[in-house]
Amino acid sequence: MIRNFEELNAQSCTCTEALKAKLDGSNGKRAVVLCGGTGCLSSNSADILHRFEQLIEEKGLSDKVTVNQVGCFGYCSQGPFVKIYPEDTLYRMVRIEDVDEIVESDLLGGKIVERLLYVDPATGEKVVKQDEINFYKKQHRIALAASGIINPENFEEALGFGAFKGLQKALTMTPQEVIDEILASGLRGRGGGGFPTGKKWQFAHNSPGDEKYVVCNGDEGDPGAFMDRSIFEGNPLAVIEGMMIAGYAIGAHEGYFYIRAEYPVAVERLKIAIAQAKEAGMLGKNILDTGFDFDVHIRLGAGAFVCGEETALLNSIEGKRGQPRPRPPFPAVKGLWQKPTIVNNVETLASVPYILREGAGAFNKYGTEKSKGTKVFALGGKINNVGLVEIPMGTTLRELIYDIGGGIPGGKKFKAIQTGGPSGGCLTEEFLDEPIDFDTLVSKGSMMGSGGAIVMDEDNCMVDVARFYLDFICDESCGKCTPCRIGTKRMLEILTRITEGNGTMHDLDELEELAGIVKTNSLCALGQTSANPVVSTLKHFREEYISHIVDRNCPAKVCKNLMQYHIVRTKCVGCGMCAKQCPAGAIFRTDYIAPGKKLPAMEIDASKCVKCGACQAGCKFHAIEKV
Amino acid sequence: MVHISEAGAKKINEICDRYTNERTPLMMILSDIQTEYGYIPLEVQEIVSQRTGISVAEIFGVVTFYSFFSLKPKGKYVIGCCLGTACYVKGAQRVIDKFSDMLGIKPGETTSDGMFTLDALRCIGACGIAPAVSINGKVYPKMTPEKVPEVIREYALKEGLAQ
Repeated sequence: MIRNFEELNAQSCTCTEALKAKLDGSNGKRAVVLCGGTGCLSSNSADILHRFEQLIEEKGLSDKVTVNQVGCFGYCSQGPFVKIYPEDTLYRMVRIEDVDEIVESDLLGGKIVERLLYVDPATGEKVVKQDEINFYKKQHRIALAASGIINPENFEEALGFGAFKGLQKALTMTPQEVIDEILASGLRGRGGGGFPTGKKWQFAHNSPGDEKYVVCNGDEGDPGAFMDRSIFEGNPLAVIEGMMIAGYAIGAHEGYFYIRAEYPVAVERLKIAIAQAKEAGMLGKNILDTGFDFDVHIRLGAGAFVCGEETALLNSIEGKRGQPRPRPPFPAVKGLWQKPTIVNNVETLASVPYILREGAGAFNKYGTEKSKGTKVFALGGKINNVGLVEIPMGTTLRELIYDIGGGIPGGKKFKAIQTGGPSGGCLTEEFLDEPIDFDTLVSKGSMMGSGGAIVMDEDNCMVDVARFYLDFICDESCGKCTPCRIGTKRMLEILTRITEGNGTMHDLDELEELAGIVKTNSLCALGQTSANPVVSTLKHFREEYISHIVDRNCPAKVCKNLMQYHIVRTKCVGCGMCAKQCPAGAIFRTDYIAPGKKLPAMEIDASKCVKCGACQAGCKFHAIEKV
Repeated sequence: MVHISEAGAKKINEICDRYTNERTPLMMILSDIQTEYGYIPLEVQEIVSQRTGISVAEIFGVVTFYSFFSLKPKGKYVIGCCLGTACYVKGAQRVIDKFSDMLGIKPGETTSDGMFTLDALRCIGACGIAPAVSINGKVYPKMTPEKVPEVIREYALKEGLAQ
């Protein structure tokens, strides 16, 4: 139990020293930590952890080595990670077969297992420590600070990392002073809209009434964004603490976490953290003997993207269809059960304790004039370093893609970066030196969104990408308002027509007209932004659309109706492997023998070909091309 | 028509009673039924309605709104192919097409033997290992159409449907 400030100070102090001793080895032990994020768990990290425990026991190392899981390291494409303290050695892409060698060589012999170290692709040199890897060099971690360091299921380690010190500070201030601190920090909503968090709190604070609510929006639906999941998995107490501070500021005593059911690990860790906080007396009545009461509840989503929209989310908590409500009244006035409510994103709430603990100045020293602090991005798609990165606002897209992301794999050419999910747009090479902040991205036709950043290369068809997003939106439109329900459907039909080779130039005008109508007339942000992927690709890749329509050609060779597989006769050795792979019996042997080859070449009957690509995948001689 | 046994009805009532302290428990009740029974047919909705006083029309509206709730039983193995952007740009469509071809069902359908359901998932946040496929919670990283037969075989073997 932590009953008052003195007890919190004492416990924090003990835990901070214990965590420090674990990391610098002054407790006389070495510590093995493994990534326990969803990405690494699906690459077997739980079994790897178990194997470590087994071997450490077998070798009699139990007194000298501890082993536990930690939150996500962020560098997902190199996972699973194993880190060894106090040396700070980072092993990557560790498989269960490697555990014996790590134990034998490193833990027993004190010798680093070189082959498991990260290799800098530019220099070819092996890198031992995490901070020396380019991926991490330009990052500044606030929301993700504890991820990869503390055990997310261990309350003491979280305390050692500063948990509840932000809340403690807040409880010594008046609610208005807390709001002023958040306003001064310049924190803006990390979920997509970028609305100033302090202002939102102020509205709810000013709304009369005793019954108010704080809601954490963890319905992270943007495909390609997974920072909220990772924050829950890496440091769930920070989000709980942020919610409590928000509750104190607006005068609420209850909070709701709304999380996607697709995130089982995150939900589990949050449940554990809530139980621990309750047991310690940090949730409940008269917290820290200040008279402040606060309790939290969890609600799971049920697979509806629109519930990420705040009013739809509130309806969902109320047990209704997740359809948005007209605004005004805004939730700060009439929200959950018609009571004043603030809805904040996970990353926003996770940043709040830091701001209170370290002061607004420690946050707003990062960033640009109107976008302060750091932002987490989920880098994905055609990029070498897939993962989560937290960078100061104002970092350029080029730094994000090339310095941190390590550029495009396979020597392919960068084509576009898509930010903001289905609500955002595609940015091309000419924008690479633009700073990343809320307003710049919007002015260039995209948006920050929740921070998804998908890189596309020359093999991605932009018309197909636009069709993909429209298909998503059309499926997820709640159906309440006509422009979104019908407008997105009509746009999808046109895009499908174009990708199938049946488009006309008139379709482009219709797309633009529909986009304008849907944007200005839809009820909520889902509809209002749904045309962004279409508008931005039409603007930057119009020639690609024209190519599909006029030349009946898909330049990236993605749209099946507009491409064909072709066997290059001079490369074909006539082995017949392609014909064996073909499910449609579309490949036959010709009587042409290329010079220097022994067998007659193969050929594809275009009328039978189903364009599955099996032949190309099966050809060892790279003789099959898309034309 | 789905016949609900007396024991079944009792169980549904028990689930409803788990949340009597909650102000608006419908989503939680439906989630539990979906998880424990695999689907929520109309007959079950009627029992929930009687217990909670919420009209069947409203319950039906909620069940059909959310993609996690299903009116029909799902297969023993639910194959969820992530079609989030990161997976899509790395070829997830070809992976789901291959499952669809091999199982002879479209996304959203279940095989006639009740063994497999094929679902297209929204981003499951496993972008680092794209394209990802999740089968009853087990995640298969970096999938390709070529790996699909092997994955199906794994479950067919488990069920004694293949040798």
